[in-house]
Amino acid sequence: MSATNREIAIPELSLVALVGMSGSGKSTFARRHFAPTEVLSSDFCRGLVADDENDQAATRDAFDVLYYIAGKRLAAGRLTVVDATNVQADARRQLVEAARSQDVLPVAIVLDLPEQVCAQRNAQRQDRQFGQHVLRRQHDQLRRSMRSLKREGFRHIWVLKTPEEADSAVVTRVAMFNDLRDETGPFDVIGDVHGCLEELEELLAMLGYAAERDQAGRLTGASHPQQRKVIFLGDLVDRGPDTPGVLRLAMGMTAAGNAFAVAGNHEAKLVRALRGRDVKTSHGLAESLSQLDAAEAAEPGFRKNVERFLDGLVSHYVFDAGQLVAAHAGLKEAYHGRASGRVRAFALYGDTTGETDEFGLPVRYPWANDYRGRAMVLYGHTPIPEPEWVNNTLCLDTGCVFGGRLTALRYPERELVCVPARRTYYEPARPLVAASAASAASAASAASAASAASAGPAVPAASAGPAAEVRRREPDVLDIGDVLGKRIVQTRHHGRITIAERNAAAAIEVMSRFAVDPRWLVYLPPTMSPVATSQRSGLLEHPAEAFAAYRSAGVDAVICEEKHMGSRCVAVVCADERVAADRFGIEDGSAGAVYTRTGRPFFSPELTGRLLDRLRGALTRAGIFDELASGWVVLDAELLPWSAKAEDLIRDQYATVGAAARAALPAVIDVLERAAASGRDVDALLASMRAREANAHAFTDAYRRYCWPVSGLDGVQLAPFQLLASQKATFHDHDHRWHMKLAERLAAADPLLFLTTRHVVTDVTGEDEATKWWEELTRSGGEGMVVKPLANYVRGPHGLVQPGLKVRGGEYLRIIYGPDYTQAANLDRLRVRNVGAKRSLAAREYALGLEALDRLVGGEPLWRVHECVFAVLALESEPVDPRL
Amino acid sequence: MLVTISTTMYPATDLGFLLHKHPEKLQSFPVTAGTAHVFYPEATVRRCTAALLLEVDPVALVRGTRGQAAESFTLGQYVNDRPYAASSMLAVALSRVFKTAMSSRCDARPQAAAAPLPLELHVPALPCRGGADLAGRLFTPLGWQVAASPIPLDPRFPDWGDSRYVDLRLTGPMRLADALNHLYVLLPVLDDAKHYWVSTDEIDKLVRAGQGWLAGHPERDLITRRYLAHQAQMQRTALARLAEVDDSAADALDNATDEPRVTQEPDRAQSLAELRASAVLEALRTTGARSVADLGCGDGKLLVPLLADTTFTRVIGTDVSSRALEMAARRLARMAERQQERAELFQSSLVYRDDRLTGLDAAVLMEVIEHIDPPRLAAMARTVFGFARPGTVLVTTPNAEHNVRYATLAAGTFRHRDHRFEWTRPQFREWAAGVAGKFGYTAAFLPVGSEDPEVGPPTQLAIFSRTDTTGSDR
Repeated sequence: MSATNREIAIPELSLVALVGMSGSGKSTFARRHFAPTEVLSSDFCRGLVADDENDQAATRDAFDVLYYIAGKRLAAGRLTVVDATNVQADARRQLVEAARSQDVLPVAIVLDLPEQVCAQRNAQRQDRQFGQHVLRRQHDQLRRSMRSLKREGFRHIWVLKTPEEADSAVVTRVAMFNDLRDETGPFDVIGDVHGCLEELEELLAMLGYAAERDQAGRLTGASHPQQRKVIFLGDLVDRGPDTPGVLRLAMGMTAAGNAFAVAGNHEAKLVRALRGRDVKTSHGLAESLSQLDAAEAAEPGFRKNVERFLDGLVSHYVFDAGQLVAAHAGLKEAYHGRASGRVRAFALYGDTTGETDEFGLPVRYPWANDYRGRAMVLYGHTPIPEPEWVNNTLCLDTGCVFGGRLTALRYPERELVCVPARRTYYEPARPLVAASAASAASAASAASAASAASAGPAVPAASAGPAAEVRRREPDVLDIGDVLGKRIVQTRHHGRITIAERNAAAAIEVMSRFAVDPRWLVYLPPTMSPVATSQRSGLLEHPAEAFAAYRSAGVDAVICEEKHMGSRCVAVVCADERVAADRFGIEDGSAGAVYTRTGRPFFSPELTGRLLDRLRGALTRAGIFDELASGWVVLDAELLPWSAKAEDLIRDQYATVGAAARAALPAVIDVLERAAASGRDVDALLASMRAREANAHAFTDAYRRYCWPVSGLDGVQLAPFQLLASQKATFHDHDHRWHMKLAERLAAADPLLFLTTRHVVTDVTGEDEATKWWEELTRSGGEGMVVKPLANYVRGPHGLVQPGLKVRGGEYLRIIYGPDYTQAANLDRLRVRNVGAKRSLAAREYALGLEALDRLVGGEPLWRVHECVFAVLALESEPVDPRL
Repeated sequence: MLVTISTTMYPATDLGFLLHKHPEKLQSFPVTAGTAHVFYPEATVRRCTAALLLEVDPVALVRGTRGQAAESFTLGQYVNDRPYAASSMLAVALSRVFKTAMSSRCDARPQAAAAPLPLELHVPALPCRGGADLAGRLFTPLGWQVAASPIPLDPRFPDWGDSRYVDLRLTGPMRLADALNHLYVLLPVLDDAKHYWVSTDEIDKLVRAGQGWLAGHPERDLITRRYLAHQAQMQRTALARLAEVDDSAADALDNATDEPRVTQEPDRAQSLAELRASAVLEALRTTGARSVADLGCGDGKLLVPLLADTTFTRVIGTDVSSRALEMAARRLARMAERQQERAELFQSSLVYRDDRLTGLDAAVLMEVIEHIDPPRLAAMARTVFGFARPGTVLVTTPNAEHNVRYATLAAGTFRHRDHRFEWTRPQFREWAAGVAGKFGYTAAFLPVGSEDPEVGPPTQLAIFSRTDTTGSDR
């Protein structure tokens, strides 16, 4: 590369307008410096809509297409080059608007080549015969344009004057100012400091930073032995006692690479004041200015350094491969990594509605409630008594200068560290109230705000212990866009899972009309497949097929668990109401939920409350909350008796069939016996009907085993078989012996409520032992057993291994396949069944359930958890053979 | 599965001639549902009994054409009473096997075929929906002496009560053809189950079999309604599958478009639904609303008058039930194109916020809130009053105090099986005041239907008006 090569530096994400007359070499330039898909040419678009690249009548439609594609590309964050003459101000205005509407920077590259060069090139082209007057006009327009490009809003303007210059130019792409994706942390992210130097110093010490001082003893920097870095969320200045001290420290740390700082609205105003602009010196600015004057006196040049520092502050940063965004007042997802006036305004001032509240403060639109981005957004700006997660966003301004606390979040640990303010340095215009109350107040009447105000400034809660989670404020309703329509859920264990629109439509009805609050509905269990069909005489299912399946999946040891015949049940149990409020955002006084496979409550709220008390008592007595260091658990269990939930179905369907058989068959046998006695040849029919009568009795016996009367909770039993989640962890990596032990401890703590699950552990060759056990179980009326990989979660050569296969007993199956299914002729036909679809469904639902739990425990926002749970319910409405 | 026909005419064995089935033989006929057998447990000159036994093939019942079970069938179709009960399948078998006898043709014994005979019919397991006494109401007017004894559901669980089956004995002098036709029509009527396996030209069959007796029957309406009501609905809906997953009957979930138990005020010509609709329309017109959403529009009954009134320039109907929306779409499709152009119909939920519902003048929740579980009412309020924030919200709900005025409604029973609660007037007002205060609305109340001095109107209406101009709360 020779020294004369012009280097053209453009932001990585920008809209590049090539400007130049026809024949100035724009297309050639574009081809040389950009990928073909990055370049949108007006000629090409004319061809698209009119089959003729030179059909000027199609220009309007062609540009509609061009802008449409440009919009889609920019929205997706892709650099886009527009290859059109762009010599008219009108055309360029549209480009600038297109760039601004996607919050990217507009860039102009002007090919201002001599008119004769352009004319010659055009003359050589067969397809384009412009009159000289056309070029003349373009040339004049270009001349006039050169002066106005800056004013039109182009942030970078490059002009190439000669063919040589154009040919030798090199285009380089530079990262955006806000792009710190390569910085992966770990970080300590600190909320609004507002000149509170002592608290900042204390907080940094708590976080493990070593202070650095100059000879005068002034704090000039701090560094961390593990190379952690601080992110200041803006509003370092104003109101507090030592703005210069805070700035000196922050400047030193950023200069040394130990910290990053984004601009706050107070910095933006201070820098204008320092430059001598006319700004109102309210909200603590006057104090800052006089403090800075004093500092300047002691340390000449300090003011200038401050001005330079503040002027260089970027309004937001994107860190850690895009997973973390820091902005003073927060930032909605569409603005992450973007640059425009409104992006900066949002980052500095928040999403203001233009209205003011009864305290004269701007009403802020609670953008975080709508936030659906994957990046964690950390911000300050609005003082709150206690940080609360809202959809993966967290405000860390705990009002230190107003007498609250100075708070940091350790990232990626998601732990809060805070120090209390030494005193109230500045009286707040509005009392500090919880964000949830504040947002209600902003929407509704003055009455609720007044009542919040009358409660006085909220007292900060006792500092959180190490195990306490950051409070979460879950929205009490989710957005219908989170669930409706065709959806694809990305799971870590089974890739992308597609939910068809029709299934979502069915699920939303059940979810809306019958299910418990989505904040409790953190998990739904997957369906379970039966074993492959047995060919043994008289049987449809047999343990042999389960063992064969796990052997071929590469599983070495299995557990056979007795299958309780009840109803699948998920129980979310909180240690107390406070945990329910802090972790699940439920504030109606309930402290858990017990629900069915489709998310419906088993019992009335009152009875559920009593059941939860029992569960809580047992978990506490068994020491499980303590052991897991968790204030809540999610349990997977079977609730018995079957009749507790299914009594209507048992009566309407099963008992009814039994009653009909009991009424009909004796009469049939009676008339056949009489016919036989009078010499008719009905023996075969009589034998067949006697067999049917026996089958009908067996059928009645089968369902009767699973019915017993309950009254309130009396008679209700719970057989837990898995602990699903606690605050810290999921447990699908704990083998099933561990889960069985846990269940036994619960049973020991409350033997009346809990039922243990008989089980046999064996390696995959232990089929005979398991078969004997299964035969015993089912002979005495058991439903059967479930064979599971002992290790619990297992991946095999073909991906996820089925978490369980049910082997149901012959008598139990009468309930499913009908009283007479055991007749040879029936069995032969029933063996033609397809477990493949059921297996596939079971695997997808299993993966979605795991995903829901992983997201729950990972502290992801409710909508992300709900997405998975909803998907399980939607998949359950898929048509598969219901007898499997 | 079984019906026996006995006679004591002399000689009783002539029954064989009349039925065209020889008393000495067991005869078997293939029918759609399995095999029909005819035989005679007794055949003497004093008394002769013919038995028709339908042996149902339970597996074949639900197998598709490819020999594999159709996946769209419900579990209830696999395990059901059809192999035992005297249902439409038995009626069909009867008409196949005794076709000639039903037309009262008998060349060998024409007089006996034309005359009333001493007959006794026995149906040991007759499904009788509506209680054992319905059998009496249907057969007695035809000249039968009826003995219907209920069968207990399960003797092990006495408190489950009786099953839907009765052991039915009919005695009386009756023409044999009439007796057979009575059974042919009334077995499926009493069963009142879905005719999964019956052909579709049912009206003709009813006319033919009912000749001479149906027209004058006091229960004629019930008979025709039930006979024709249950068109084959074999497809298991997605919702029914979800019910099954939860060990519930399909209609425990799939009931969004069910009719309420109470549809009419005792002394009013207008139905309650009409009264409510006109009260709601009146209130909407008073507010001057132009854009209106009917939230929980059901089958779209209210959308029709809204679209008929051009002061409403934008009419939105939403429901959470796809089935309801399909019905509403069919209703709208019958309206004029210009009216349809003002309508929007889409699935939405009252417990998920929905941007498509913001910026409206008014929203209607007509007989909707009582279908929401009380713990979820707060989410509904947040969605409607907090997010959608229309200028006016109209809410109607039953007045529980008024329920004592419905003679057919058992005490403590709600007006619709899906109602989660029904409120008294003070309860409704308390809730409404809370919502209004929380979200910046005022609430006014109006009666719907005539106001009973003691227990108030059948329906209560609350009109919420937004007091501020604050936009959506997010």
